[in-house]
Amino acid sequence: MQQFTTTWAPLLYLVAGMLFILALRGLSSPATARKGNRNGIIGMAIAVATTIALLWPQLDVTTWGILIAGAAVGGVIGAIIARRIPMTAMPQLVAAFHSLVGMAAVLVAAAALYAPAEFGIGTVGSIATVSLIELAIGSAIGALTFTGSVIAFAKLNGNMSGSPILLPARHLLNIGLAAAIVALVVVLILSSGAATWAFWTLTVLAFVLGITLIIPIGGADMPVVVSMLNSYSGWAAAALGFTLGNFALIITGALVGSSGAILSYIMCKGMNRSFISVILGGFGADDSGGAAAGADVDRPFKQGSADDAAFIMKNASKVIIVPGYGMAVAQAQHALKEMVELLKEEGVEVKYAIHPVAGRMPGHMNVLLAEAQVPYDEVFELEDINSEFNTSDVAFVIGANDVTNPAAKTDQASPIYGMPVLNVEDAGTVLFIKRSMGSGYAGIQNELFFKDNTMMLLSDAKKMVENIVKSL
Amino acid sequence: MKAIPVVLSALALALPAHAAEITNLNPTVFLAAIFALACFVGYYVVWSVTPALHTPLMAVTNAISSVIVVGAIVAAASSGLINGGWTAKILGGFAVALASVNIFGGFMVTQRMLAMYKKKGE
Repeated sequence: MQQFTTTWAPLLYLVAGMLFILALRGLSSPATARKGNRNGIIGMAIAVATTIALLWPQLDVTTWGILIAGAAVGGVIGAIIARRIPMTAMPQLVAAFHSLVGMAAVLVAAAALYAPAEFGIGTVGSIATVSLIELAIGSAIGALTFTGSVIAFAKLNGNMSGSPILLPARHLLNIGLAAAIVALVVVLILSSGAATWAFWTLTVLAFVLGITLIIPIGGADMPVVVSMLNSYSGWAAAALGFTLGNFALIITGALVGSSGAILSYIMCKGMNRSFISVILGGFGADDSGGAAAGADVDRPFKQGSADDAAFIMKNASKVIIVPGYGMAVAQAQHALKEMVELLKEEGVEVKYAIHPVAGRMPGHMNVLLAEAQVPYDEVFELEDINSEFNTSDVAFVIGANDVTNPAAKTDQASPIYGMPVLNVEDAGTVLFIKRSMGSGYAGIQNELFFKDNTMMLLSDAKKMVENIVKSL
Repeated sequence: MKAIPVVLSALALALPAHAAEITNLNPTVFLAAIFALACFVGYYVVWSVTPALHTPLMAVTNAISSVIVVGAIVAAASSGLINGGWTAKILGGFAVALASVNIFGGFMVTQRMLAMYKKKGE
């Protein structure tokens, strides 16, 4: 038994950590991704089984009852959600899951403070300083991940307006909260863990900080926020991994932490904004976009019907489809796939172009297209397809706006200047499905609407595509 | 993949041999070393993930971060006889439930998404 605790259990945790690395490694291609996910499941099973084996001598009936009840309730809820959740709701689901990891971190940190002997970090009232720092950090980051994710969930799910909520002196407020949390960590250390009030106060302040950090960030910046919270949940897990001296938890925390950080970076780059400016918030209005109308819409533009669009695309030899968040809102991906099938029967070459920040989370559009059974080798990233627009006859923009705005390349005064955009205006004809002539989330008019080769299809995305299907 | 068992048995053999040095090592530094290296592994592995799979990446990182369940199980197994034991037990029980939502939900939803990615004609 002694050897198991000191040698084999740590090695098994290491194996679990390595399997988690392989789970992410598998995602380098859709062909290997499912195997990767299986590695993740095996890793989790090994970690849980090892922990149970380590604790075996002290597992009494009560404990088994608690473990089984917890796993059963949680497992059933998780399984039901995973089966029923529509793919369009994936961003808010991921946000909700982050909040659970955050809360679990808070609970585990609190438990370690109350029963330090069980965690091997000392006794009540005399806990090792380094362990106190770890569990305070774990709890604080966990708490802020929890409330931050709940706010992100509410914004993505529409329970809360996507517009930024700007509190007076919010930066000062946040700095004050952070300083108070640090001070309370010091108090906790000085008391060697006896001051549980300091722990709870700092946790509550971190809950508040999670709210005040996320409410000023607009709905359209949510891809960055969700990625950032992903990263935080990882760091919280890693901090507790130190407390527990557990390799699996430390490796996972590092993986998840860097994954979220990299995704935040990719999202910021996709919008040409600095991470700091996103986090400080205040940018972007409601995510419905159309609400921000009111700019000069009386300029002449060409409007077309479903029949016109069907005619133009039928006679094209190459069409590139540019989907955006509007497609997800209108649930138009299945109708779109049907339209593409009909076009292919007419001998038209069809490809999809995806902007890195299309949708409300990284890779959101790819999942929706995959759900509509679009093969992944027809879907291309911005840098791979941007040079192909000038050789295609039609660019079919459905529910995207700012990511196609040429002002990002030409107008230095534009707030989105410098953002990488899809060169849709290089295509022979641009068909642009849009609900109304309003501007996008950035509140900027899109010059593209008034170009000679643009035809506006003003309608709900799903209805328009269905009508095009009929005309074909 | 084949390298893993080899590395593991090498590690197992090496551990007792260097036990003397390792006992002198500050355990937090040891853990920090693992953490630092894992950050680098994470950096390179995540950059190699295809952008098309960024949503499943978030779902699966979500699922694996619920390995925090190991801490929750330790807490739930606290002895009710010691001071604070019951507090830890109850906190642990809730943490097990929350982490289980994530473990089952996270892996299943990832599986469901990945099953949808098909090649042309597949």
